[in-house]
Amino acid sequence: MRIPCPYCGARSSHEFAYLGDAAPTRPDPSAPDAAEAFHSYVYERDNPAGPMDELWYHSAGCRRWLKVTRDTRTHAITAVAFAGTGEGGR
Amino acid sequence: MTRLVDGGLIDRSRTLSFAFDGKSFTGHPGDTLASALLANGVRLMGRSFKYHRPRGVVTAGSEEPNALVELRTGARREPNTRATTVELYDGLEAASQNRWPSLDVDVLSVNRLVSPFLGAGFYYKTFMWPAAFWEKLYEPVIRRAAGLGRAPDAPDPDTYEKATAFCDVLVIGSGAAGLAAAQAAGRSGARVILAEEDFRLGGRLLSERAVIDGGSALDFVARAEAELSSLPNVRLMPRTTVFGAYDGSEYGAVERVGDHLPAPLPFQPRQRLWRIVAKRCVLAAGAFDRPIVFPGNDRPGVMSALALATYATRYGAGAGANAAVFSTNDHAVAAALDAAEAGLKLDAIIDVRPALPDALAARAKALGVRVITEGEVVATSGKCLTSITVRTPRGSETLTVEALGVSGGATPNLNLTCHLGGKPVWREDIAAFVPGAVPPGMAVAGAAAGTFALADCLAEGTRLGASAASDAGFAASPAPAPQAEGSPTGFKPFFHVQGKGSAFVDQQNDVTAKDVALAHREGFRAVELLKRYTTLGMATDQGKTSNMAGLALMAELTGKGIPATGTTVFRPPYTPVALGVLAGHHRGIDFKPARPTPTHEWALAQGAVFVETGLWMRAAYFPKPGEKDWLESVNREVKATREAVGVIDVSTFGKIDLQGPDVGVLLDRVYINMFSTLAVGKARYGVMLREDGLVMDDGTTARLADDHYVMTTTTANAAKVYQHLEFCLQVLWPELDVCLASVSEQWAQIAVSGPRSREVLGKIVDGLDVSNAGLPFMGVAQGSVMGGVEARIFRLSFSGELGYEIAVPARHGAALMQALMAAGAPFGITPYGVEALGVMRIEKGHVSGSELNGQTCARDLGLAKMASTKKDYIGRVMAGRPAFADPDRPTLVGFKPVDRAARLRAGAHFLKVGAAATTQNDEGYMTSTAFSPTLGHFIGLGLLKRGPERMGEKVRAYDPVRGGDMEVEVCSPAFIDPQGEKQRV
Repeated sequence: MRIPCPYCGARSSHEFAYLGDAAPTRPDPSAPDAAEAFHSYVYERDNPAGPMDELWYHSAGCRRWLKVTRDTRTHAITAVAFAGTGEGGR
Repeated sequence: MTRLVDGGLIDRSRTLSFAFDGKSFTGHPGDTLASALLANGVRLMGRSFKYHRPRGVVTAGSEEPNALVELRTGARREPNTRATTVELYDGLEAASQNRWPSLDVDVLSVNRLVSPFLGAGFYYKTFMWPAAFWEKLYEPVIRRAAGLGRAPDAPDPDTYEKATAFCDVLVIGSGAAGLAAAQAAGRSGARVILAEEDFRLGGRLLSERAVIDGGSALDFVARAEAELSSLPNVRLMPRTTVFGAYDGSEYGAVERVGDHLPAPLPFQPRQRLWRIVAKRCVLAAGAFDRPIVFPGNDRPGVMSALALATYATRYGAGAGANAAVFSTNDHAVAAALDAAEAGLKLDAIIDVRPALPDALAARAKALGVRVITEGEVVATSGKCLTSITVRTPRGSETLTVEALGVSGGATPNLNLTCHLGGKPVWREDIAAFVPGAVPPGMAVAGAAAGTFALADCLAEGTRLGASAASDAGFAASPAPAPQAEGSPTGFKPFFHVQGKGSAFVDQQNDVTAKDVALAHREGFRAVELLKRYTTLGMATDQGKTSNMAGLALMAELTGKGIPATGTTVFRPPYTPVALGVLAGHHRGIDFKPARPTPTHEWALAQGAVFVETGLWMRAAYFPKPGEKDWLESVNREVKATREAVGVIDVSTFGKIDLQGPDVGVLLDRVYINMFSTLAVGKARYGVMLREDGLVMDDGTTARLADDHYVMTTTTANAAKVYQHLEFCLQVLWPELDVCLASVSEQWAQIAVSGPRSREVLGKIVDGLDVSNAGLPFMGVAQGSVMGGVEARIFRLSFSGELGYEIAVPARHGAALMQALMAAGAPFGITPYGVEALGVMRIEKGHVSGSELNGQTCARDLGLAKMASTKKDYIGRVMAGRPAFADPDRPTLVGFKPVDRAARLRAGAHFLKVGAAATTQNDEGYMTSTAFSPTLGHFIGLGLLKRGPERMGEKVRAYDPVRGGDMEVEVCSPAFIDPQGEKQRV
């Protein structure tokens, strides 16, 4: 599999470390329902058959965290951007 | 000898000697082992897997199910090698497999007599019970009886490489379609790789008498090869099998660099594993000649008709003194006539159809070849073939022949199209499966796509080669396709001759038509069940030639037709791939990279014994002459450190440099304790959690300037923590202004510990005040040592003694060690290794990898009081879950054996004294143990339910794995100097 890194260009997936679903965002730790929100943030994941936003880390390259949109059925990658800021998208 | 008098693509001016089963033969360059054996009249090449039936070669390619041999001898012995793909070299040695005592007389061929019991599902039925018999009786017997080749019993002396190639267009196969595709793509300027499994380009064109562009097929191949070789953007890769198609237009291939030589050339690998990244791919892998299932069809001498023709035309080898062909299609008839023209004595063509096309009939007549129409071969005889029985509506007769070529039509070789899940689709008009959904970027040309006529293959190859190049961004000039005469492609779908006697469907796994019928009768009708029940298509050839026939037979039995019966999907690898080439250089010491520490050479010179910790090679201990075991050395190192001074390389700890105005904020959020308040010139021990509340790592972080910190991590977690920090900065809090750099390799760090360490340090610093006041406990000094070497000195202690860690640029690490050794000589400075380090940290009750095991929270380790309540940090919310505060959770305490002479073992489980050893009674487990030379007995750290409340209590430490069962006493984990006074002096 090849991942088009916004910095480095298309690179082998061997250069990357996989984290998983990019959808969960860290909840407000001071909110009254923080315990439930963190439980969901840490453990609950969708398992879609189709396009999914995922976090990949270019560990053997630029060391940027990327948000990669990958179709879980075909492994086709349709979009890549820097995670967090969303810059460098392509 | 059955070598034809002339012709063939072999160099008859040179003779190569080789041996098969110890007997010497000769062949020529250009031969394969199979063709050379046939040319020497050797038709019996092996014994079958299950029934030990005599078998000969049936194909001329990598789809070969039968002619598997052990190639080479000794450490290079390679079992299950297909004789059809082994290029002959001088001195080649091969042996037949699966026979005893000899190929000619095989004792286990009696299996044939009991074959009624060895039918489909015999494993499941026969060896079900009693279960105890399986390991001791059934399996060893079956393994010996049903063995294929023997693996070599010595390490492989050869090397293997891995490489990556990038191209615009990958063309797989160099037959008519592949060459045309490569030419069309290559002319556009696109980077083309043409991969060919054979050692020679040309595919079927090497075996056929066709006319292309007014010349011979061989002339066309030569012209195409010359043109492609002249193009700098084209790379020809013969002897290269593309074995798999993978995601992202990646293809796996094995290049056999030295397999055609007795041994690889100096500095050359035996094989090379290629990852080919191709924007587009044209698959032109051709087709397989389809067998016909009839009684006696596995007798040596019976083979594919196209293989029979190939041996005659390409290799100048007759498969027998005389031959007949049993066919259903024009292509096989034409190939047989080509063989007759090449000098093979072809007695008859037996075709299932009522008539041959006029042109072929006329050719046969001119060559004096008898044509038997509406004929079927119903029986064969001879150990190696001597005669066949032919049945026609007009009666039956026996023909005396040594070779029989059989062709049931063409099965497109579409294996690679299935590797990403594509399912083949049935085409009724050609009675064959053709590629369905293909991997993205792939196009299929020629016979692999069900396009059989030569002219059409050339046209399709040209068209798809050009479109692949243009899809990859190259303007392909529309050049005309090479022209060929029309070739007849008539055929009749025909799979199976009814009759008595064993008719084999899968020759490699000995699956007969009867087995398929049995599977049908017993309800295993779905194609995937048929496959697993009978093992049809599950041998090393993956049923390339047999699956189609098995499917057709099942369709016949169910009456559902072939498309409704289904097809199996092919998976990588296309042909077997040696594990050696997948491993490449990564074996033995090179299995993974080794990271020597900056003082590695020095430690080696001191006689250190090394241990792998992660990728690092660290000194475990430094034995001295006369010491009887490692424990004696370790005890000496610990004592010397506690009583005087010891020294150890701690460069392996992860070191991360953090700079920027927001470093303090970041550290506050990743550590459970505060770091923004840390004074410049101070260090602090920190613990970080995962977001789920469990401890991730610990270490000491120092503040070098307002906006500059340096963090240390455990050796094992250096990369993980760095990745975590980048995650925090890039994903969670991109607003923080912090830059990170891993500096683990850039700084050597050496710990000097013991009461005399200050005196040693004082001798090497350049005027730094290292007194207790000048550099207090947890203080950090920056300056230089050894006359101008930049250094950071941290007053830290892992051992519990007065201690310092001195960091210098890595290139000065060895010099620093030598300077410390020289400076410490008057005090008896002693180098120690990770064993002594471990003993001293257990004596102090410091947690390490065994306690930071991904299952412990801060409270379990007695670190809860470090957690700040004034801030949020990663893991804080989840660490607050009630279960983590449960006082029943096993919590860190120390242990001493009640019998002080007893040895403690990590992994022992704790039980109340007198309690039965059940899971319900389990109260925790021992995590770390060591012999403490300071106390003179074993000590241990462990996690025990309500541990801190149970000081002085005796519990049972139960270790059934190693037969341990003893009473231990619960104590504080800090076995020595619990107030930490020694490190503050």
